[in-house]
Amino acid sequence: MATTMEEPVTRRDFIHIAATAFAGVGAAAALWPVISQMNPDASALSLASIELDLAPIQEGQGITVMWRGKPIFVRNRSAEEIKAAQDVPMAELKDPEARIMEGAAMPATDAARTKPGHEQWLVMVGICTHLGCIPKGQRSGEAKGDYGGWFCPCHGSAYDTSGRIRSGPAPRNLDIPPYEFVSDTKIKIG
Amino acid sequence: MAHESTYQPKTGFTRWMDSRLPIIRMAHETILDYPTPRNLTYMWTFGGILAFCLGVQILTGIVLAMHYAPNTAVAFDSIEHLMRDVNYGWLMRYTHAVGASMFFVAVYLHMFRGLYYGSYKAPREVLWILGVLIFLAMIATAFMGYSLVWGQMSFWAVTVITNLFSSLDTIIDGLGTTLVQWIWGGFAVDNATLNRLFSLHYLLPFVIAGLVGLHIWALHVPGNNNPTGVDLRDVNREAVPFHPYYTTKDGFALVVFAILFAYFVFYVPNYLGHADNYVEANPLQTPPHIVPEWYFLPFYAILRAIPSKLGGVIAMFGAIAVLFLVPWLDTSKVRSTRYRPLYRYFFWMLVISCLALGYLGAKSPEGGYLIAGRLFTAYYFLHFLVIMPVVGIIETPKPQPRSIAESVLGPSARGGGQVPHPVPAAAEKR
Repeated sequence: MATTMEEPVTRRDFIHIAATAFAGVGAAAALWPVISQMNPDASALSLASIELDLAPIQEGQGITVMWRGKPIFVRNRSAEEIKAAQDVPMAELKDPEARIMEGAAMPATDAARTKPGHEQWLVMVGICTHLGCIPKGQRSGEAKGDYGGWFCPCHGSAYDTSGRIRSGPAPRNLDIPPYEFVSDTKIKIG
Repeated sequence: MAHESTYQPKTGFTRWMDSRLPIIRMAHETILDYPTPRNLTYMWTFGGILAFCLGVQILTGIVLAMHYAPNTAVAFDSIEHLMRDVNYGWLMRYTHAVGASMFFVAVYLHMFRGLYYGSYKAPREVLWILGVLIFLAMIATAFMGYSLVWGQMSFWAVTVITNLFSSLDTIIDGLGTTLVQWIWGGFAVDNATLNRLFSLHYLLPFVIAGLVGLHIWALHVPGNNNPTGVDLRDVNREAVPFHPYYTTKDGFALVVFAILFAYFVFYVPNYLGHADNYVEANPLQTPPHIVPEWYFLPFYAILRAIPSKLGGVIAMFGAIAVLFLVPWLDTSKVRSTRYRPLYRYFFWMLVISCLALGYLGAKSPEGGYLIAGRLFTAYYFLHFLVIMPVVGIIETPKPQPRSIAESVLGPSARGGGQVPHPVPAAAEKR
């Protein structure tokens, strides 16, 4: 038997392994703060919520506001835009998921991406889900892409009037941030 | 190349030093005793040129950091202040910015030289791998440095490139987003991001300097490859001391290189940059065209050639990762492409592909540009993963010279040292 040739396990072997393991765990524990300090800090995490008055926004007009350092697209959609968004068959969507931030997963119907009774208002994070550019289409006169919603100039992703990805390299629909109507003409984002 | 030390300390101080810290001996062995093949061409001068580039970048960079403020509120303005108010600030900044481009010109020529002459083959695999690591560190450093300007291109380049990591979300949900927010230190590219990019941009050049030390060490063990790819056998007939022969040759090449460098710095300092980077970063407006600096364009073209977010990212990083495997992918027994009649064509196809990808990386990825981008991306990977292993097996190489001496002095020099030297040994190098 080969094992009989080996030296027996001694107390010293045990101490070597135990000491090395202890030093390893200690080094990893000491490293953790150095890694963790790079995460978003308390000031970034403090979820500043913003209130927005919708009254001045005309039908067909869109505005962009900042929330958590990200642009938020708010669009007062026209009747045709709402109808176009509602009439899209689910099978045509590249991403069938509604993408409600901090919300449950549900199918990407136009109803799921808006609030009941406020269908003309579309509120989204205005960041292309491909590589983070800001899609065009908020201002009048800007290219809105083949689906009448938004068009990302960086790599050509086109979104429909519900902010859903329809063509191009972006993998997901534009995110819907957490928001609620405090009154008929006022929303609170965050 | 293992070689005897001929160092003889002559003064009391050098003798005292030699028995305590033999650093003068080390310098002597590295520069004077190091035998260098006598047939090296100007393609072998880029190592010295690259060391010069690194020195210029570190020197000008330290100066720039004395005037730059890594805070989103003032970063852009501090650079304009540097350009207009600081004595010679414009010179330091243009030298640093053009210097990054010149660094990449030299490193690409250096890398293609290595590929053409098989400088990655045994026993130089570790030397090659260290080189690829240096290249990776250069890419990271250049990218971070560009972001510090905090112009529109800086900001959106950081946004697009850091967002690449969010593609990991398709593997484990949330992993990519968590990683990207960890890189940013927030929910968007902002002040925290700029601060850490500055810190790392200052650190990495010294990491590169350390890697360069290892690269030179790994070079001096097997010694230089040479245009024939044949091993150095007879040090007396086939090699010359590094100094003065190659210090002079490298010095001349460096002067020519410096003329080109100076042309860009003094006449067209912004030619290689992008006008949009003179517009301050605006997180609410993406420029119509986001293009990286020219030296990243081939990789950018590969990223966009793949119609999938994760796939594009994998291909882009794979394009660099495949270089680590080159010593084992090349199955040929012959080092130098001079004696490889078939591989030669594929080598130049690779060069053309890289240049074409560089051109396409600056174009909008649609129509014919996209198709061409896909074809050249396919060739890039086929070259390394299929052509290199297969051609090495099926190709019949041309006869190689038996020695460096034969290739330099003609066939009469065959048979070791009996043949009378047709030329005085070392002086008549070329």
